[in-house]
Amino acid sequence: MTSLVTVEDLRVSFGPAEVVHGVSLSIEPGECVAIVGESGSGKSVTARTLLGLAGPGSAVQAGTFRVTGRDARAFTTGDWRRLRGRFAGLVLQDALVSLDPLRTVGAEIAEVLALHDVVPRARRADRVAELLDAVGVPEPRTRAGQYPHQLSGGLRQRALIASAIAADPQLIIADEPTTALDVTIQAQILRLLAERRAAGTALLLISHDLAVVAAIADRILVMKDGRIVEEGPAREVLAAPRHDYTRSLLAAVPSATSRATRPAPDLSVQALAGINLTRSYGSRRVVHDVSFALHKGETLGVVGESGSGKTTLARLALALLEPDQGHATLHREPWTQLRERERRPLRPRIQLISQSPLDSFDPRHTVGRLIAEPLRLPRAERFARVLDLLARVGLPPETAALSPRVLSGGQRQRVAIARALGPRPDVLVCDEPVSALDVSIQAQVLDLLADIQAEYGTAIVFISHDLAVVAAIADRVLVMKDGRVVEEGDVEEVFTRPRHPYTQALMAAVPRLELSTL
Amino acid sequence: MPKLAHVLARSGPKLSHVPVVFLAVLALAVAVPVLLTAADPLAADPLNALAPPNADHWFGTDHLGRDVLARVVHGARHSLSIGLAASLLAVACGTLLGLAAGLSPKWLDEALARSFDVLSTLPELLLALLVVAITGPGTVNVIFAIAIAQIPNYARVIRAQTFVVRHSGYVEQALTFGRSRLAIIAGHVLPNVLGPIPVLATIGLGQAVIASAGLSFLGMGPQPPAAEWGAMLSEARNYLRVAWWEALFPGLAITLTVVCLTVVGRRPQRRFEGRKP
Amino acid sequence: MIKRLGTALAVLWAAATASYVALLLAPGDTIDILVGDGPDTPEIRTKIITEWGLDRPEFVQYLSYLWRLLHGDLGRSYQLQRGVGEILATQIGPTVQLTLAAAGTGVALAGIIAIVTAGRGRWLRGVTSAAELVSVSVPPFLIGIVLLSVFSFTLGWFPVSGAQGPRALVLPALALGLPVAGVLGQVLRGGLERALEQPFAVTARARGLTERALVARHALRHALIPALTLAGWFTGTLLGGAVITEVLFGRPGLGQVAMQAVTGRDMPVVMAVVLLSAVAYVTISTLLDLAYRVIDPRIRG
Repeated sequence: MTSLVTVEDLRVSFGPAEVVHGVSLSIEPGECVAIVGESGSGKSVTARTLLGLAGPGSAVQAGTFRVTGRDARAFTTGDWRRLRGRFAGLVLQDALVSLDPLRTVGAEIAEVLALHDVVPRARRADRVAELLDAVGVPEPRTRAGQYPHQLSGGLRQRALIASAIAADPQLIIADEPTTALDVTIQAQILRLLAERRAAGTALLLISHDLAVVAAIADRILVMKDGRIVEEGPAREVLAAPRHDYTRSLLAAVPSATSRATRPAPDLSVQALAGINLTRSYGSRRVVHDVSFALHKGETLGVVGESGSGKTTLARLALALLEPDQGHATLHREPWTQLRERERRPLRPRIQLISQSPLDSFDPRHTVGRLIAEPLRLPRAERFARVLDLLARVGLPPETAALSPRVLSGGQRQRVAIARALGPRPDVLVCDEPVSALDVSIQAQVLDLLADIQAEYGTAIVFISHDLAVVAAIADRVLVMKDGRVVEEGDVEEVFTRPRHPYTQALMAAVPRLELSTL
Repeated sequence: MPKLAHVLARSGPKLSHVPVVFLAVLALAVAVPVLLTAADPLAADPLNALAPPNADHWFGTDHLGRDVLARVVHGARHSLSIGLAASLLAVACGTLLGLAAGLSPKWLDEALARSFDVLSTLPELLLALLVVAITGPGTVNVIFAIAIAQIPNYARVIRAQTFVVRHSGYVEQALTFGRSRLAIIAGHVLPNVLGPIPVLATIGLGQAVIASAGLSFLGMGPQPPAAEWGAMLSEARNYLRVAWWEALFPGLAITLTVVCLTVVGRRPQRRFEGRKP
Repeated sequence: MIKRLGTALAVLWAAATASYVALLLAPGDTIDILVGDGPDTPEIRTKIITEWGLDRPEFVQYLSYLWRLLHGDLGRSYQLQRGVGEILATQIGPTVQLTLAAAGTGVALAGIIAIVTAGRGRWLRGVTSAAELVSVSVPPFLIGIVLLSVFSFTLGWFPVSGAQGPRALVLPALALGLPVAGVLGQVLRGGLERALEQPFAVTARARGLTERALVARHALRHALIPALTLAGWFTGTLLGGAVITEVLFGRPGLGQVAMQAVTGRDMPVVMAVVLLSAVAYVTISTLLDLAYRVIDPRIRG
């Protein structure tokens, strides 16, 4: 059997900048190949080049470039077009934007059928329904008439997959197909892709997350800065990585071991507590009767999927939002019940670190000015304190003069942490602080937070959808679903022996490195 | 400063400076027109009427034998000062109203926003004509007419911008630092709302110049024999067949002015928008 | 949708009230204007006062003004001594023709420019964006003057003025439509280019769609959305520009009527034109809002 795709020494450049430097790979029929790398590693460009879709302004060179045995270097636009959809289907990250938001999902799927003349016009509607049914969309005929925004994230992604397999391609190229999804949905979509592969379709899976590909990949290629730094059978790459970068990627997958080294929380000092907090938006109860207590030096993880009320809870804890019922206390003193004027002097004691630091920075300010804002110090001392804080989060003093826009995502989050530390808070509320970061950077930021906690005894509310991250940093955990706390307890207890069915489902859905090594 | 040098180097020093130079010459024409032309813009010379461009009259003469170059140069003062005054007035009132709406409690904001809507229901030019119908023609009235017509635009933009800034992450963050409402408004809201105004005003000035030329063209602006570009064009259209120059030069003057204002205004606007991902 | 209609009515009511206030603000005694150059005796004045209801309190006058408006009675022209409605009815035809022709020209040109130049090479883009810049920077009447000198005076292809036959419509429609085409073309092209960079465009290409089909079936609808938000500007430019264009080309129409009324301080006519344009504005923006809903399922709710 000929390989579906063989490329050797693939180079892709945009103008003067080469982003893929001599990549070689091949995909055999029915095989699942995964390319893993962080943002900017060139993995997406590589994958799209296999469909002749490297993008506008790109120049592609290759020593060998064969698609189903034919030389792709000589392909005309028409040749490429006939291959797309028919030979290989593409599944992108978020179906909300990867399916045309102005057309029904049925129309999108039917478009593929029409383009490749898969079935006669009269049969198309039936075929669309069959395809939706095949990818596990209930009531396929109704769904076909709906728009992407009317479907849930999981159903949308299934519809996108249905459009990719409509012309029965030999290969599915899936570029971060589960990244925008909640963990339980992610597991379902991975299962669906695995089913397609079991049915004989080859799969090229692109992901930043080793754990996601570990479950289904036969071979793994690790990419960094436009090069493949390691490749081999999945089992070998995961069990015995040869390249340092792969090792750092594996190590960076947060695991609960790093938690043991930290000092135990001081349970005699209560820093923050919520008592029966409830909040609605209109008629929708977003947070329902939530109580919690947080002590000095303790980290309380709050996990839940999108829409579970985590962020609203954070805003209630920060008294940025009035609770409808219940209240919160800071150091056993009234907090949410105070009037804003009375609360203001206390505010520096509880600080916020948000998911997107750039949004929380005044766009006109330099890093130095941002960090100085919450400091209540004489002008002369302020600058020295800013430099101290920068040093504390591991940034050079020159950073103070820069605009945060020129910094990397990880550096920006460090600036946000430095700023939050400025007023010497007792409590840090971190709302998805590492979700927008690459895995290796995530680990660094988590380590920094843990160090700070060890040094100052800061209490941390750590909100995340990512169970692995929470497992790495939290002492105790609240599991939220639809605004309610469904389970609460010691993080190890909850994660190893979940009692509530929802927590069990969550835990079962987390992709694990171990799965494939079994 | 290396930043500025970088910007200049990237945009190509020659072409991109043309609009700035043109606007500088224009400013000179407004301030000291006699530096650019010695001729009197009002001195009629009927024997020498409708003379094509020549050594004595570079832009030719109009139907009354007045020097077109002198009239274009002196006309800059009328045309631009109407636009400038109207823009300043509109920016000032629009900003105040927009800020007031954006910072007010919801009901007041709604009321103000609806009144901006009503005002912008009328085409600018008709609104200006309405004002002129009430007040009569003349320079000052035209200034008010254009200003009133432009206010809702500025007010709406500023209101929207205020809303965005008020609900931004950095304002929320400043709240958690325990800063007072006033300090946040002064420290974050105002600077970020007012920042884009010079850019808006530059582009708005171009539109005001067009509007004032339009009103003058309809005979509502400065009354004859005053030199004003729109009025000059209005007179010139009766002689298009025989004296193209009488229309060409004031027309070019308006167009170049607005083009330059727009180009100069858009450049920082692009950069401003480009910074946001 | 009902809310949308309510807002439209509120806007119209507010415009009517604003008109009435403008009428009060207008300097000069209404009676003086009504007497005009005719015989001026106290008896005639009293007759005029009772005839026009000027002796009643202002609020009652305001209510009766609204009441008459509701019944389609726009009042009488001071100058022409004819019903305003009648005057407008005879003059509205040419103006509607002109604005429709200009709107069609503008939209068609904008669409062609956008589709031909979206994502194309630097050279073509540079030329068209320069053309677009000039078309929005030139006062509409100047475009008209240029068109007149070239096509009427020099080439003699089109009549210089009047509204006889379709040939007389060409130049005014172009003069009014070109600035619209400039702005709309820019917005449409920007929208097309953004749409073609979206993930759904990548997915569509990955299905084997040609670029042309991608633009026609997917991108164009996305590009229309930002263009539709310009509805207000678009309508305003056409209605306001129509006044100047009619004056310049010597076409009969509402613009001419408005100009004469403004010059002669004939407030009822000025008010009526203003109200009419508010009605046109509200109608058009409501229609375009509906179109928006048809195109974008996300805001249908």
